[in-house]
Amino acid sequence: MFDWFMNPEGPMVLVVILIKIIALVMPLMLGVAYLTFAERKVIAYLHVRVGPNRVGPRGWLQPIADALKLVMKELLVPSAANRYLFMLGPVMAIAPALTAWAVVPVGEGMVIADINAGLLFLLAMTSMGVYGIIVAGWASNSKYAFLSAMRAGAQMISYEIAMGFALVGVLMAAGSLNLSQIVMAQQGSILHWFWLPLLPLFLVYFISGVAETNRSPFDVAEGESEIVAGFHVEYSGMAFAVFFLAEYANMILIATLTALLFAGGWLSPFQGIPVLEGLFAWVPGTIWLLLKVCVFLFCFLWFRATFPRYRYDQIMRLGWKVFIPVTIVWIFVEGAAVLAGLGPWFD
Amino acid sequence: MSALQRYIKSFLLWELVMGLKLTGRYLFARKITVQYPDEKTPLSPRFRGLHALRRYPNGEERCIACKRCEAVCPALAITIEAEPREDGSRRTTRYDIDLFKCIFCGFCEESCPVDSIVETRIFEYHFEKRGEQIMTKDKLLAIGDRFEAQIAADRAADAPYR
Repeated sequence: MFDWFMNPEGPMVLVVILIKIIALVMPLMLGVAYLTFAERKVIAYLHVRVGPNRVGPRGWLQPIADALKLVMKELLVPSAANRYLFMLGPVMAIAPALTAWAVVPVGEGMVIADINAGLLFLLAMTSMGVYGIIVAGWASNSKYAFLSAMRAGAQMISYEIAMGFALVGVLMAAGSLNLSQIVMAQQGSILHWFWLPLLPLFLVYFISGVAETNRSPFDVAEGESEIVAGFHVEYSGMAFAVFFLAEYANMILIATLTALLFAGGWLSPFQGIPVLEGLFAWVPGTIWLLLKVCVFLFCFLWFRATFPRYRYDQIMRLGWKVFIPVTIVWIFVEGAAVLAGLGPWFD
Repeated sequence: MSALQRYIKSFLLWELVMGLKLTGRYLFARKITVQYPDEKTPLSPRFRGLHALRRYPNGEERCIACKRCEAVCPALAITIEAEPREDGSRRTTRYDIDLFKCIFCGFCEESCPVDSIVETRIFEYHFEKRGEQIMTKDKLLAIGDRFEAQIAADRAADAPYR
């Protein structure tokens, strides 16, 4: 079992993997920190306010100050809570949010685990996130936390299905479960990207992604006006921060996946356009991916500043009675298109 | 609107896009935030802030202890005690305003027949100890002396309207 470790090259492999993990997680954590800052700024701007601008130049040190504050805070455990599960909850929330990144390519060949069942792995990992929330809500022994955990659980499981069907559409179009190959299958031009032939699936996937991460307008799990803060009411300090990290890491993950699966990943949007393609050939693919991710993340924030919260039964109706039928119908349409070899996507 | 039209509209997310368009426009709008300690909004001459007791130019205090302010005060924030002075004129010996009770309605100012009690433009103040919120006669007169120029200018500016 430990043969690979006895092998002289074994420990080296371990070190390389560790370096890769750090190289991925560090920018991710920084991204999460600055996503919170971006969220406050963008929402403030949409509210015709200026947002945080006191800590550091133009407020740029605000997330650092927030993180420091949360680290300093006391970790409270309610006396009636299940201590062990209470502490396990945040861990179970963030672990899948970070694990999923293992198969996400951030550029051509820049991926920790280039496995062939990448899409399946992602689906499995994003489904695991719900356990953290349910465990946290149950272990808190608080009715608000429990209500929120039930809501979040039901909602995430419902939208998982529509999301899964949307992914089926992608794998049919790409003919692969490997994320790198899915991106490569979109090569050609901006019109070759899957957002065009799979437009309904693209919308369903992104909206389901918003619901999956319990973001506004699907944030009934938080519902400040009804159940205070949701499953993390009883959490304080770092334990709360870990939930926060998980939520934002999931947001970045969903945005990255949308970019990879439907918007050409690291491919340049100017591909196939005579002059512009050469002009922007020097831009590395990772930058293009980052830009696309930023666009989708901006949409997350834009939605939050625009839409009122859905009623709970409306969320369920949308998930079960609209999204699932739409995806199934489009998978049939797509199947017909693949059979007919409809160019330029399915030939 | 026919059912078909409604279906098409809802599948195109038409209303949602319209909403996004509306909020998106405000992203580029001029921000209306006043960055308070650095920027301040203009104040009206009628601004009702911290109270002050005024004096006549010859240094004589205006208040004649008629107690109209005490009577009109809806929050019962004013306490006045009065006695004849050595020269026989009626003066206050005590004039306290409890700022925790005061609702800054300005009735004391309105009711004053000699323009003695006034409300100034001062609104940035704080208390550090219990009891400091009681504005005594000395404190009120001190504020009046210090900001007399501003107070007089504000009364003059508002005079044409009353």
